[in-house]
Amino acid sequence: MNARGSVFKYPDNVDTDVIIPARHLNTQDAKELASHCMEDIDKDFVNRVQPGDIMVGGWNFGCGSSREHAPLCIKTAGIAVVIAKSFARIFYRNSINIGLPIMECPEAVDAIEAGNTVRVDFDTGVITDETNGKVFHAEPFPPFIQNIISAGGLMKAIQK
Amino acid sequence: MGMTLTQKILAAHAGLPEVKAGQLINAKLDIVLGNDITTPVAINEFERAGFDRVFDKEHIAIVLDHFVPNKDIKSATQSKQCREFSNKYDILNFYDVGQMGIEHALLPEKGIVTAGDCVIGADSHTCTYGALGAFSTGVGSTDMAAGMATGMAWFKVPSAIKFVLTGKFNPRVSGKDLILHIIGMIGVDGALYKSMEFTGPGVAGLTMDDRLCICNMAIEAGAKNGIFPVDEVTKAYLAGRSQRPPVFYEADPDAVYEKTIEIDLSALEPTVSYPHLPENTHVASEGKDIKIDQVVIGSCTNGRLEDMEAAYNILKGKHIAKGVRGIIIPATMAVYKECILRGWTTAFIDAGCIVSTPTCGPCLGGYMGILAAGERCVSTTNRNFVGRMGHVDSEVYLASPATAAASALTGYITDPRTV
Repeated sequence: MNARGSVFKYPDNVDTDVIIPARHLNTQDAKELASHCMEDIDKDFVNRVQPGDIMVGGWNFGCGSSREHAPLCIKTAGIAVVIAKSFARIFYRNSINIGLPIMECPEAVDAIEAGNTVRVDFDTGVITDETNGKVFHAEPFPPFIQNIISAGGLMKAIQK
Repeated sequence: MGMTLTQKILAAHAGLPEVKAGQLINAKLDIVLGNDITTPVAINEFERAGFDRVFDKEHIAIVLDHFVPNKDIKSATQSKQCREFSNKYDILNFYDVGQMGIEHALLPEKGIVTAGDCVIGADSHTCTYGALGAFSTGVGSTDMAAGMATGMAWFKVPSAIKFVLTGKFNPRVSGKDLILHIIGMIGVDGALYKSMEFTGPGVAGLTMDDRLCICNMAIEAGAKNGIFPVDEVTKAYLAGRSQRPPVFYEADPDAVYEKTIEIDLSALEPTVSYPHLPENTHVASEGKDIKIDQVVIGSCTNGRLEDMEAAYNILKGKHIAKGVRGIIIPATMAVYKECILRGWTTAFIDAGCIVSTPTCGPCLGGYMGILAAGERCVSTTNRNFVGRMGHVDSEVYLASPATAAASALTGYITDPRTV
């Protein structure tokens, strides 16, 4: 499986309150949530994002609240993969559980700039920045977690 | 190789003689928790996957606390969905308006969680129960759904940072000042994926309300959990309260820690986290020129009886500064009632504050005290991210109940030892 798209880049410590502010948490409608994604730090994001685009963040991406609405609204907005230096632990497991692809790769985050076109191969963990020609390797998930991902998320995995 | 306290509890719940940091395990759960924001998403997942029974109706807790009494039609619809699910599956620990409290104050108070438990909650501050010598951690709604269906959850066994506490707090310094100080020292990802284990001779002098507050904010350092050893303070708190027999675990003497940090409690000062990250700490005395518009005293971090008492001791017989809005929110109905019985509610009202029934309300910018652009609030809550309590151009300063109450009196950030 692959993804190819243009990059939206954010700083360290992007918290779930800015990914989806709590004032919108009175709904579970994924499309409505997605229409407010990132609005407190990047008002234009929802107007510019195209299906297949890639989100890049620094250290501790997704810190704060446990709201699963955060990875859900990023996924529904059309983001194919989030690449960060590190993920906050609840965001990390929520993404795996709901099937939002994520990758940890500090070197890639340092080199990739906003607006670059990036290609990601999920099977090999290879990240290619087509704009600057650089190639990076993200750590693959351990088999235990790969099983959840390949089942299509946690609920499908426990039904097996 | 020895195990940490967290690893001992996880090994026991995974049915393994030993676990190691980094190991992926499936563990048996004692309590699966959700609230009115996260439970509806979990119910949808539970039903979409075709489950028609919960693993154990006595080991699930659903607490309506974020937006209740409901702030609008959409939140009323979410509460209704939680209520109908809880009725359908006869969930024993379902708490609605009238009985509810903020979940992480309510569950320990009611004895729903106890020492030795393995708990997940679809709320990031579920790490609070480490104060009781339990392993508890925040997860998302899908984990809650899977937990309700199977009674199990997957975990990556964490390594740990050991905090050795010595000495005693000075007057008007509390658990909140300690945890803010620690987050300032190690940063908002300083304990990412790890346990924060608190030990040392200083632990004995910490009240249960202090310990609950300290573990509550372990997540703000990125930790998987915070945890205290069981001692006489714990046993006295659990006695006559626990719904199930507690189990006491201890860290092995040869347990391995990634790092050990010693903290002298007597050296701590009232501490404030400035916008927009909890790690941005300053001593309260530095803030005397920062003018404020609002004070919030409450939340799962600081809405317990001792927090109300700290506020009362500063506000009684006085009046908050002109132009400051004082909002006091006892975290449970029992705390709320006790404030009335002790005359504290009258003192708060006479001081010019409002006293609300329990709700998470303003902490996450829900309602009951939303900030406009340019406004500043000193709050005893746990996060000061951009837009957390309202407008993206508003500011939240995190502090203890004593510092918040003192700041309400002067209208500026104030060291509580000066009022």
